[in-house]
Amino acid sequence: MKLTSGLLGAAALAASTGTAALAERGSDGHLNILYWQAVSIMNPFLSGGTKDVHAASMVIEPLARYDDGGQLIPWLVTEIPTVENGGISADLMSITWKITPGLKWSDESDFTADDVAFTAGYCMNPDGGCQQLTKFSDVDSVEALDPLTVKVNFSKPKPFPYGPFVGMESPVIQKAQFENCVGANAPNCTAENFAPHGTGPFRVADFKANDVVSFEANPHYRDAAKPGFATVTFKGGGDAAAAARAVLETGEFDYAWNLQIDPVILAQMEAAGRGKVAAAFSNSVERLMVNLTNPSPDLADARSTLEGGPHPFLTDPAVRRALSVAIDRGTLAEVGYGFAGQPTCNVVTAPDYNMSTANDECLVQDVAKANQILDEAGWSRGADGVRSKDGVRLSILFQTSTNAVRQDTQALIKAWWEEIGVETELKNVDAAVFFGGDQSSPDTYQKFYADIEMYTNLFPGTDAETYMTNWTCGEIPNPSNNWLGFNMPRYCNPNYDALVTKLASTSGTETRGEIVKQLNDMLMQEGAMIPLINRGTTIGHANSLEGIRLNAWDSHLWNIADWTRAK
Amino acid sequence: MFNYTLRRLIFTVPVLLFISFIIFLLLDLAPNDPTGNLPMTIPPEVREKIRVSLGLGEPIHIRYLLWCKQFFINEPLNILEQVTGWTIGDGERLRVRSWSTRSPVVDLIVERLPQTLWVVGLSYVVGILIAVPIGVLSAYRQYSWFDQIGTFISMIGFSVPTFFTGVLMIVVFSVGLGWFPSIYDTTHEVTNWESFIYQLRQMAMPVFVLALYTAAQISRFMRASMLDNLNQDYVRTARAKGLTEKTVVLVHVLRNSLIPVVTVIALGVPQVFGGAIITEQVFKVNGLGQLLITGIQGADIPLVQTLTFIFAVLIVLFNLVADILYGLLDPRVRYE
Repeated sequence: MKLTSGLLGAAALAASTGTAALAERGSDGHLNILYWQAVSIMNPFLSGGTKDVHAASMVIEPLARYDDGGQLIPWLVTEIPTVENGGISADLMSITWKITPGLKWSDESDFTADDVAFTAGYCMNPDGGCQQLTKFSDVDSVEALDPLTVKVNFSKPKPFPYGPFVGMESPVIQKAQFENCVGANAPNCTAENFAPHGTGPFRVADFKANDVVSFEANPHYRDAAKPGFATVTFKGGGDAAAAARAVLETGEFDYAWNLQIDPVILAQMEAAGRGKVAAAFSNSVERLMVNLTNPSPDLADARSTLEGGPHPFLTDPAVRRALSVAIDRGTLAEVGYGFAGQPTCNVVTAPDYNMSTANDECLVQDVAKANQILDEAGWSRGADGVRSKDGVRLSILFQTSTNAVRQDTQALIKAWWEEIGVETELKNVDAAVFFGGDQSSPDTYQKFYADIEMYTNLFPGTDAETYMTNWTCGEIPNPSNNWLGFNMPRYCNPNYDALVTKLASTSGTETRGEIVKQLNDMLMQEGAMIPLINRGTTIGHANSLEGIRLNAWDSHLWNIADWTRAK
Repeated sequence: MFNYTLRRLIFTVPVLLFISFIIFLLLDLAPNDPTGNLPMTIPPEVREKIRVSLGLGEPIHIRYLLWCKQFFINEPLNILEQVTGWTIGDGERLRVRSWSTRSPVVDLIVERLPQTLWVVGLSYVVGILIAVPIGVLSAYRQYSWFDQIGTFISMIGFSVPTFFTGVLMIVVFSVGLGWFPSIYDTTHEVTNWESFIYQLRQMAMPVFVLALYTAAQISRFMRASMLDNLNQDYVRTARAKGLTEKTVVLVHVLRNSLIPVVTVIALGVPQVFGGAIITEQVFKVNGLGQLLITGIQGADIPLVQTLTFIFAVLIVLFNLVADILYGLLDPRVRYE
């Protein structure tokens, strides 16, 4: 007993003091990763699908990325450029990155500023159909000043210039490999798209599209002691429940991604003792969008547009507040998401400097108060128990995408709303149609031919500027812009728009955070949406797998070089 | 017979063209969008650019004709080049490319064929091997306990869906007993005895699940066909001649009863190539069925179009094969 604990102590000491000295590249053997959506392609510029971006992040890397605390950290550069250190020009028109000397591609050639500049040209090519184009918005040009210095010039002052080459969606690809794959040729480069050269800890050994990717350690990786694993199998297919089973119950796989299944079943699987479940939270908020315009079918083409006029009752603040207070978010989180859900009253929930505390009234369900609010506002119950005022009945059509958890949530909310005298009709639409944006379909979330709709949205990284722009007047989906735009509530407030414009010219994380808070509070208090649950991403991993730092801001596999197997 | 075959083959050309057009129309009219599964953080303008870069900006008849050219001219030429090593033209021609992987669809299909043929094909063979003896014995001893049990099992095979039996098997044999892996390893290569055993272990559950279904179907056909024949006059004649019971049943009755069963088996072969969508998904076999379902989910129209069309070709061809086999096996049937 004494000997064992002594040995354990020694081992722990060794682990804490000298891992780098002891570890050797590939000494931990083989790692099995299971994503229930199979990887289609290893080029994130041609596929924005999360699974493709995650798999590619093992091979190709950005200049800087977010760590698990949401902090921007240098990755292939010596430091994060700021106005203070001169990396960002005083007029906010450019940002200059200094590349770490000595970096090599997996084919042993040097990683240079030319590769970075080429990557920008590759994605910004108008014929390439680049799926990460937003990362390069307002970029005027990217120039390589010398082999280790690259300068990004913007077409207007950019207070948050960390778009290009930051985060998993914007990695650097090798110029020598992709030179002939620009523009319309991009999709034809099958070999390149399946096995890009990278600077990351692994390289592709074999790629079976939509099935399995085999990786091996990159012999030219910058840290000679990493990665810990020599080979990785990245399997795809099946469903979330099967993936959870393979890690938590049978132990065939070491890591499984996105285990969005019934929390009770997940807890039972975890009880088998082979693995653990973990969740990471960022800004994925499941919310009810409130239609502030009239969705009545009688309006024909003017349905759910500003021209069609205001909503008959959802424009009444009392109704929206009552609807929100009547919901028990704790129960919704428990029933649908387990420990991957946290009740929230805000649409921006992280990082801390963005988070408002002004709306926390809704965290506690209070049906009596909701009833009182409606009584006071003059909505009185009819013979059938449904409230009405001046001939307008509180009758809601509530739509969402088809998904077991969402249908449970719908049913619960319907029951609570009936308690406060609001009649609710539920509707669900297949996700491919609901989110599909087909112009001819009346069931898309943009057309919003309903009173309330529910889905999740989020913003990548930590800066909310683009996200907050979603609720400006110009972003309202309507027939003239082909129903594009994310302002589903059709919220239009000149003060909000002015504040967004101010955000676009303000620099400094904390100051920007203050404005984001104000914007969030305006949206909440003026009832554009009713937030429900802050959704985490759940993963499962084997007990023996160590070094995982689950990251909600970047790729889950961002630090896979540090992963090891417990001995 | 030859004239008949030729006539049928020529007639399949317009049929298949018609089918390809219908598939194309159906896929085009379906409310689906290749950018629908992308994260919401990708804005609508970028989505529109992606759609245009996929060729969705062109009108439907242009897209259909382009697919026809790619599928009926370019792809066969490519296969010809690969098989013979010749170079026809400049070798640069547009191939049918999947939207999600951006790689040629035909290459994807070739990559998927081995696991589908191994798992689904083997289950078909195993299913037939089980079904024929069960059918024969059930008919010969009609209403015996063996017949009753056979009927019961085939009813289970018929009526219990594979997504239930599959998951049940995983829970019992993978989670509970730990005998078989629940996830099929498509990168596994058979090089020695141990890896062969592993291959058998990973194939065991999907093959069993599918074989149960096949066996259930075919054993019923076999039993019914045997029963028809056992009451025929020629059987009584054979017995009266003093032939042994074994010869009567296994030579005279069985051979005649197999005629309709063989055609049923031939008609079922295209299903093998079509893969088993659900079973492949349950066991992560990732063959043609899984390829089709991911294509459908991701609105990968070129992939779905090409796969469904190949299935259509196989169904039409094996219908013809079944008709010809019928003529060959049964001298009473003649096509002129």
